[in-house]
Amino acid sequence: MQELKDKVTQALKEQTLDGLLCLKSSGGYILPCIVTSDNIADLDSMVIGDERYPIATILSAIVAKQPGKTIGVVVRGCEEKAIIELIKSNQVDANRIVQYGVACSKERAQLCSCEVPYPSEILAGTKVEGVSDNQLLSKIEAMPSKDRLSFWMDQLGKCIKCYGCRNICPVCFCEDCAMEHDDLVPTGLVPPSIPSFHLIKAIHMAGKCIDCGFCEQVCPMNIPIRTIYRKMGLVMKEVFDYEPGLSIDERSPLGELEKGLEAVAEK
Amino acid sequence: MTINYKTVPSVCPYCGCGCGVYFEVMDGEVVGTMPRMSHPVNEGSLCIKGWNIHEFITSKKRLTDPLIRKDGSLKAVEWDEAIQHTASELKRIKEQYGPSSIGVLCSAKCTNEENYLLMKFTRAVLGTNSIDHCARL
Repeated sequence: MQELKDKVTQALKEQTLDGLLCLKSSGGYILPCIVTSDNIADLDSMVIGDERYPIATILSAIVAKQPGKTIGVVVRGCEEKAIIELIKSNQVDANRIVQYGVACSKERAQLCSCEVPYPSEILAGTKVEGVSDNQLLSKIEAMPSKDRLSFWMDQLGKCIKCYGCRNICPVCFCEDCAMEHDDLVPTGLVPPSIPSFHLIKAIHMAGKCIDCGFCEQVCPMNIPIRTIYRKMGLVMKEVFDYEPGLSIDERSPLGELEKGLEAVAEK
Repeated sequence: MTINYKTVPSVCPYCGCGCGVYFEVMDGEVVGTMPRMSHPVNEGSLCIKGWNIHEFITSKKRLTDPLIRKDGSLKAVEWDEAIQHTASELKRIKEQYGPSSIGVLCSAKCTNEENYLLMKFTRAVLGTNSIDHCARL
């Protein structure tokens, strides 16, 4: 932790950084904040604790509103992946951010059933082994298709249409969201039209979902929505040998598909 | 200019649950709401209203003055006039048609104390049991 604080302090003093996005502990709360050279003492209350906030989403909002500024960000494994996806989608300018990696605790990794609870470089925290939990997916896949459908209709039928899964998602950034489109999702209905409401997001998650589990974490109805995205991820891996969030240079096969469609349209 | 971003802990004002939220404030403007992950009430979840609290703060549709309908349209008036008008009208209606002709709707957006006070006012002053809350609307 000291190494991280020293590096950031130096960068803020030398003005290679204009601010650091991190979590701090204040008045009994853990909350996202920006530390700048004006309030450098706040680094003392910085935490890399177990509470998780949508750091990548906040980062992209700050970068958009602060042209010309270089922003540091303390990232977990999942947040590093999310930022890679945001860079690939031109939502964040890679030249204007500096990442400081921290490893998650065993408890956090278990809470998130996270397979890789650490980023590529670790400045604070101790690297622990990932947790692999595919119990629910195996259980669902073992069901006859009729039972599988009724399982999902029961689960999705619990939805109160809070849009929490979309709001918290680090790789959901469209200004015009298909989940709010009147023709696809009629207004005034709870649950929203199932399964299409959830499948709209599921389809958009193919080749993008970095399996951070935030969607499930904020779901007030405990719908195991992440399992659908995980399955999408596995299909992407099997069919296209592609996994999102690993490299800035590797484009999603669906992005390539788009190019193909453009070529077809031109002809 | 320095980067001006902070999160401010608060409680959702929409209903009596009292979910914990953080408001995201950028350059002095409230730009977003997110759930507080370890809040004992909501434990990181919010409903659709809670997720969008920041939108009504600066809404142009917000009432900023008391209004009285005069000559068929609503006119902004001073609080004294509004309270005087309401009191005299309630008195007139109660005397003319009896207490049962009046009903009162309170709001989950008010505090417990304000709602208690309104209940007392309804029963003890207006003399009717017809009081209910906005969730029944």
